[in-house]
Order: sequence, then C-alpha cells, then structure tokens
Amino acid sequence: MSKIIVHQNAVKGKSHDALIKVCPFNAIESDGKEISINSGCRMCKICVKRYPDVFEFVEEKVAEIDKSKWRGIAVYIDHIEDSIHPVSFELIGKAREMAAKIGHPVYCLLMGSKVGSMAEELLHYGADGVYLYDKPELLHFRIEPYTAVFEDFINRIKPSIVLVGGTTVGRSLAPRVAARFRTGLTADCTMLDVQKNTDLDQIRPAYGGNIMAHIHTPNHRPQFATVRYKIFDAPERQDDASGKPEYLDIGSDKLASRIKVLEVKKKEKVKSIEDADVIVVAGRAFKKEDDLSIAYELADLLGGMVAVTRPLIEAGWADPRLQIGLSGRTVKPKLIITCGVSGAIQFVAGMNNADTVIAINKDPKAQIFSVAHYAVIGDIYEILPEMIGKLRALKTNNR
Amino acid sequence: MNITVCIKQVPGTSEVEIDEKTGVLKREGIDSKMNPYDLYALETALRIKSDKNAGLRVISMGPPQAEAVIREAYMMGADEGYLLTDRKFAGADVLATSYALSQGIRSLGHSDLIITGKMTTDGDTAQVGPEIAEYLQIPHVANVLRILELNEKSITVEMNMAESVEIQEVLLPCLITVEKDIYQPRLPSFKLKLKTADRPVHYITFNDLEDKDESHYGLKGSPTQVLKIFPPPAKTTSERWEGKGEELGQRLAEKLHELKFI
Repeated sequence: MSKIIVHQNAVKGKSHDALIKVCPFNAIESDGKEISINSGCRMCKICVKRYPDVFEFVEEKVAEIDKSKWRGIAVYIDHIEDSIHPVSFELIGKAREMAAKIGHPVYCLLMGSKVGSMAEELLHYGADGVYLYDKPELLHFRIEPYTAVFEDFINRIKPSIVLVGGTTVGRSLAPRVAARFRTGLTADCTMLDVQKNTDLDQIRPAYGGNIMAHIHTPNHRPQFATVRYKIFDAPERQDDASGKPEYLDIGSDKLASRIKVLEVKKKEKVKSIEDADVIVVAGRAFKKEDDLSIAYELADLLGGMVAVTRPLIEAGWADPRLQIGLSGRTVKPKLIITCGVSGAIQFVAGMNNADTVIAINKDPKAQIFSVAHYAVIGDIYEILPEMIGKLRALKTNNR
Repeated sequence: MNITVCIKQVPGTSEVEIDEKTGVLKREGIDSKMNPYDLYALETALRIKSDKNAGLRVISMGPPQAEAVIREAYMMGADEGYLLTDRKFAGADVLATSYALSQGIRSLGHSDLIITGKMTTDGDTAQVGPEIAEYLQIPHVANVLRILELNEKSITVEMNMAESVEIQEVLLPCLITVEKDIYQPRLPSFKLKLKTADRPVHYITFNDLEDKDESHYGLKGSPTQVLKIFPPPAKTTSERWEGKGEELGQRLAEKLHELKFI
C-alpha cells in the first residue's frame, strides 16, 4: 500500500510547527515527541517535496491492466421523453475529436421505451455505432434498471471511455455505474483530452471553481466522465446517416426495481437561459426590483434573455432558474452583457465560456473584468439608458 | 426506524487560492465547517426522527478534527455520531471514500434510510450518495425535493428532474440525496450543546470494517489520481473602456451594431 512514512531521526532539531504547517490538509500531527500523519492525508506529496529527509513516499507497484482490451468512446444519450438532450450531441462531438486521435470508434448508448426514432437521428452526427435498449421497463428513469442496462452495455462493448451529460439523470446514474465497475468518475469536466495510451485527461473545477484539478484514471477501465451542458460544441448535423442502430436485449429479470413511479408532473415550461444566444445579466448594482426593467428592455432589443446573480435570487427578484453560476445554470451564449456584476468566481464559472463578454461595472478592480472582452468602467444607471436609446435608433435605421 | 446521515467537514470558504510558485493550496487561516448541503440532510432526518420516533446517527470520514461536525450534529439533535478515521483511508478519491463510508455504515447495523446532501462545497461532485447506495446494494433517489410519505416499508418522494417532478415510491432500505431548501435547517442549540458535551464521538477504524482488503481503501482503492492543481485561467481583457456614462453607452451600442447583434 502506498504511503508516506516519517523518519523520526530527521525530525530532531526541526520545529514540529514548521513541519505541521507544510501540509495543506492538516494531516501532519505532533504528540510533542513524534511526528505522524493522520487520515487527512491526500498523498499530495507536498511534505515529501519540502522535507525529503523527513517524509518519504513509498509506492507499492500494482499490476497493470491490459488497456488494449477496452476500445471505443461511448456517449450516454440523455433524453427527455423522445427528444435528445443537446448535451448528448456535444459529447458526441468531443468523443469524435478524441477518438480520431487514438483511432477508436464512437458509440452511442440509448435506453428507454420506444426510442427508435431518436436512434435514427443520432446516426446523423457521425457516431460509428448506436446501441439501443428498448424496453417498457425503461420508460421512466429508475436507478436500478438503468444501471443494469449500462452494466450490460459495458460488459458487451467494453468501451475505454464513457461520457455522460451532467444532467439530473447523468449525475445520478454515472456514479452508480462507475461504482459497479469500481472505476473512476470525474464529475463536471470542463476540458477533456486523450493520451496515446488511451488515458483520459480530465480537467475540472473544485472548491467552487477557485481551483482546477487535472485528473486521470491510470489503471482502471472504463474511464467515466460527466460534462455539463454547454461546455463543448455540438457537431453539425449531416444530411447523410451513417450505419444503422443495433438493438441489444436484456432479460426482464435484470430490470427489476424496488422503485415505483407514481406520477410525473410536468414543470411549467419557461424558456431556459441555457438556450439563449444573448444574455443580459443583472447584478447587485440594481438598486431596486423595478429597475430590472432596464435590463429587460436591453435584452428585448437584442432578442435575448435576462439572467441574474445569486443576491438577486435571494432578494426574491427573479425566478431561480434565471441564476447563472455554480449553484445555478451554466451558459454559453454568443454574447453576454453583465451589468453591475462583481464577478465572484462561482458566477464566472457559469458563464466564462461565452463567445463575447461585455462587463459593465463601476469598480475598476471588479473581478468580472478578468474574463471580459470589453471591460466598461461606469455606472449602469448612466450607461444603460443611453445604450438602449442608441440601440433603438440603430434598429430603426436598419429597417 | 434507523436513519443514517452522511456529513462532511469542508473548508469554511471556497475562496481558496493556489500559491503560484509551489502549486500548493493556501489553507492558512481557513476555518472548517459542516458542508452546508448536509444541513438540509440533517434537518430532513431530524424531522423524521421527531415524527416517527426514529433513531438518528451521523457518520463522517476525515481526520480527528472532523469530530467538530459531529458535535455540531449533536447540537442539532443527532443521537449518535461516528467518525471513520484511519491512515489506511488516506488519499481516498470519491470511489474509495464512498466505499469506506458504505463499509462504515454497514458496521453500524441496519439503516432503513440513509440521507446525504446534494453535494459538498469542496469537491462539488455529487457522487458519494449514489456510490454508497451502489455498494450497499440499495436503491437511491437523487435530488429529492419533498418527502410525501414514509412508513415502515417505503418512502414516497418527489424527485427533481429537468422538466418534471417525478413521484417515486421506493422500498426501504434506500438512500436519498436531498435538494437544498427541502426544509430550513435549524440552528445548533445551546441547550443541546450542554446536554451532549459528554456524549462520545465513536471512532471507526479499518479494523472495525467487514472488508479488510486494504487495496479497497485510501490511495490504493482510488482509481482516479490528481495529476496537478492549478489556478483557473484568467482571460486577458482585450479592451478597457473608461469615460462618461453617456459616451460609454453610445459606444457600446455602436459596438453591438458592429458585431451584428442588432
């Protein structure tokens, strides 16, 4: 078992406090005589780097798996009734890009009840194979049957990499399947790449987006990753379809469940900010709820939507579905105009993939400016009405 | 009825920084607290405890300092607290953490209902709940908005989906992860603080677990490895505009016109 050992001889003459402080996870302890390492250790090896005479990393060699037995990049196709969730297309695009590097095929896994038409549609996005499980038991998402199907698929196809959308279903299903195979899953990856040896480079934010972590799964297959909607680009739909869907069967006994779906209540449909090409974001600089009308006016002129930051949700000024950020939605519009938004990292993580970012803020040091293409320093109450007037004039001239 | 709630100690703020030179997380002066999402799990369990006269255990994994969150759970009304702590658990990723927790939960005897928060604020993965359920071979429901009914045999919950709310009836034992705002969490009570001051926090070590294969725990039981951590890339500002409000407004409108947004 890999571990860090402490050479007590080398500790002598050194300040225990100094040694303890080296560890960012508070995993080094002193009882006054000896230094020891507690269970907080994350094996980051910082202590080994700083005090190589005191701390030593002892690694135990493990048998390496045969990675060539696992081939292909599989994408789980998420769908709501019979419409494919767009994150699935984005993942097919990413899968194709990576598969081309290692000469692997791209597979789609689709499960549900009466899902044949979706399979046909998937053939237009360049996957090499679409595998379907079409069973009445799979009509609603219930964790055990869906996991059983996923397990059956992996056992048959043996993909090296499995990509799952970070949707409500994906975030519940992917960890369950990964645990069944005792393999790794990296949640909410924002960047993915693949090594020649098929190892997946997974980069994701942690600590609310303040830190990026580069993660890999060196000795387990398949490698699971989830990715949120709007992180990658969807490929263009091709007129020609490639290949044909392949139906796989699974015994009904494997689809038994201890869950009964009693009712499905539709939520009232609101246009989602994730689908908007232009977003105007209202931040804390708005002094009162009525003033939001300025943001709405600007958004209307640009054919866009208004979104808000967390304080405005907390104030009850807007529907929580309009919130951008780690605790809200991730958006990737063509244009985002932030008005009086300071740019806390948790907000920025939800919008920094926008094509064009215009940020308006009074504070020249506002964090939002670090991600803005146009950093406009000024008061929204002075700038926005002027901007709206001018835009309206331009629009009239265009006609 | 026995309810087990999983809780975790996390840094008091997510405003952590990386030392650019050493690539080390700056943690100095950062307080720890209970993962805020766990408060909702605990509140849910506390309400069931008083409604159904259920027993309420909390379990956490972490270094001995993590005892603090178990104490806090006592102050809110939890009956018993367990801390999984052992050097053999060091270096655990999500999978190895979930496995150790599932083994720890098993070691406590039967749990009818296990409740976890939606996710943690330091890892943000939302994976531990479903993975524990898998290892315990029980069903789980994630993103629970409301509990509609709970009896000896089953629980009926509202599951939050993208475009719908699904009402699922699940046979016990099962695990649920609850959305924040399921209930407003209560504050720790001073009275309970005094009352539970002497209540022990039980430690669970490797030797207490049923599965004694070391390769399932800690670094060795972790399929994923962090190659490095780094600060998020900052986009450089391409243009910085200053001036009078009216001028800036005009300029912005013209820029949007030029970029063909109008």
